[in-house]
Amino acid sequence: MDIFSLFHISKTHILSRFKQSMIAALGVTFGIATFIILVSFMTGLNGLLDGLILDRTPHIHLFNEIAPSKSQPIDLLANASTDWNIIRSIKPKQKQIRIHNALPIMATIKEHPDVLGVTAQVSSQAFYTAGAIELNGLIQGVNILEENRLFNLGSYIIEGNIYDLHTNDNAIILGAGVADKLNSKLGDRIQLVSAKGNRVTLKVVGIYQSGLAEIDNIQSYANIKTVQLLMGEKNNFITDINIKLHDMTKALPMSKTFEQIYDLSAIDIGTANAQFETGTTIRNIITYAVSITLLIVAGFGIYNILNMFIYEKMNDIAILKATGFSGRDVMIIFISQAIIIGLVGGILGLLVGYGLSVVIDNIPFVTDALPTIKTYPVNFDISYYIIGIVFAMVSTFLAGYLPAKKAKDMDPVIILRGQ
Amino acid sequence: MKRTSIIRAENINKHFKDAMNFHVLKDITFDIKQGEFVSIMGKSGCGKSTLLYILSTMDTAYTGNLYLLDKLVSKTSQNELTRIRNEHIGFVFQFHYLLPEFTVLENVMFPAIKLAKKSKQEIEHDAIETLRMLDIEKIALNKSSKISGGEKQRVAIARALINKPNIIMGDEPTGNLDSKNADNVLSIFKQLTKEIGLTLLIVTHDLEFAQQTDRIITMGDGRIISE
Repeated sequence: MDIFSLFHISKTHILSRFKQSMIAALGVTFGIATFIILVSFMTGLNGLLDGLILDRTPHIHLFNEIAPSKSQPIDLLANASTDWNIIRSIKPKQKQIRIHNALPIMATIKEHPDVLGVTAQVSSQAFYTAGAIELNGLIQGVNILEENRLFNLGSYIIEGNIYDLHTNDNAIILGAGVADKLNSKLGDRIQLVSAKGNRVTLKVVGIYQSGLAEIDNIQSYANIKTVQLLMGEKNNFITDINIKLHDMTKALPMSKTFEQIYDLSAIDIGTANAQFETGTTIRNIITYAVSITLLIVAGFGIYNILNMFIYEKMNDIAILKATGFSGRDVMIIFISQAIIIGLVGGILGLLVGYGLSVVIDNIPFVTDALPTIKTYPVNFDISYYIIGIVFAMVSTFLAGYLPAKKAKDMDPVIILRGQ
Repeated sequence: MKRTSIIRAENINKHFKDAMNFHVLKDITFDIKQGEFVSIMGKSGCGKSTLLYILSTMDTAYTGNLYLLDKLVSKTSQNELTRIRNEHIGFVFQFHYLLPEFTVLENVMFPAIKLAKKSKQEIEHDAIETLRMLDIEKIALNKSSKISGGEKQRVAIARALINKPNIIMGDEPTGNLDSKNADNVLSIFKQLTKEIGLTLLIVTHDLEFAQQTDRIITMGDGRIISE
């Protein structure tokens, strides 16, 4: 039997029962749309939360830690290890806070194939002065463009522009809390006094809000050169090196290596944010669990509706077989109906899912933690749409295939006798 | 001249095994020749419909041998059987069993389209001819769910005739019709045997109907009682 006559039969079946066909298709639509909306929204929120910490935290942070020396002079003494050595009241070792040979170290690290980028920081205690008042604070000297490229600093600038800082060595980006307390706006000038008494006047070119009040109340950003000047140090004075890797999971072993090679303290992102990483893992597990559950539920829904749709036509299957249609013909007729319904319902599901995702994406969501985020985050990853449509097709195919397969091998009389 | 055998049954036995073993058909053996108009009679539950379904190849769960045109069909595959039904057997049910979404014409044409021995135009022409013979050509384009019961039964007969089968089988084809329509169907059958030498095998419990046929096979308790 030519395929067009079979398709003509399935077309007539679908169109003459338009309402039922639409309900079956809407069942598919509902399942797929729900899957897409929930997965897009959940992964969007996860991405937001990850971005909150992971984006702005260096994967490896190198610095000089002020700490007691791990090996005390007595350890050098022969056979000291067999005895009990008790040293009381150990004091931290006198050590520079600057990283020795920072610039060559950075150049070497930058060559490493796993490293995405390296930034230098000079951080210093300072006082913001406004009239007679001196506010205690912390100023970070950074290369603002690199900092933005690697750690998204720009997302936290609520007023002003990072390029104004880049082009002006006498500029500062104030923490939001500091700006409030000093009552200073963009374009104002403020004075900074270092612990040693050096004094610089800087123009406010931006306001920075991280969302963590204790940081926003004290911290500000300026160019490295500016802070070095404030501290009265030379241009090789670097206190921190921040490294971002291509692959975050390599942070721990690489931090150990760098620690050994350069004789510095190194903290990797996993250690620095241990509880956060647990949170990320748990959120990911929840996302997987929810999406798999949704797919299973949607799959069963689709299967049920279509199964009913086909079983209602069992009588027709018997008639077709009694009048000489082969099992294969019957299968083609009913599977093609299932596939058409799956395709129509699935595509509608993608459209509805996308539409509602766009709606969610436009619902206002204001949080102090992320000044640049104005609406709820939604992940419009194309792969969810592909999973959705493939799943719709597979489940509708099975829902059509299994009853059709059963009908194919059945004596038509078994169906007729059951009437 | 010895007439060819259309359907021959040899020692057909069937059991229903649903709740308990029930021996429905016991050693059924008979032969139907070309051009015969045969009716099978019997009380309800004596197995006559079951026998008919086996003879029509729509039921394959039995033991014994069934020959169609002297060829053994008992052991053939489902696919082969549907092809045989399509080409050689026309079937008329007690309930008309048309495809309700399609027009009368389409319902009649489907078995021929499936057989694919003629072009669509020829099939359509044949279908309209058959409908005209049964005096229902004016409803050819109606939806088959929107015609009367008597008309439906005649459409079912037209569908059974479209491939010019060797035999038409009917399971109480008049059982659901009033006497006027029943007479009508009967006269159509008689006309068909006379005009085109068609073989007919009809299950009925209507004695009046049966008496008009060439040969009556009476069944009781799963056996053929008399011929």
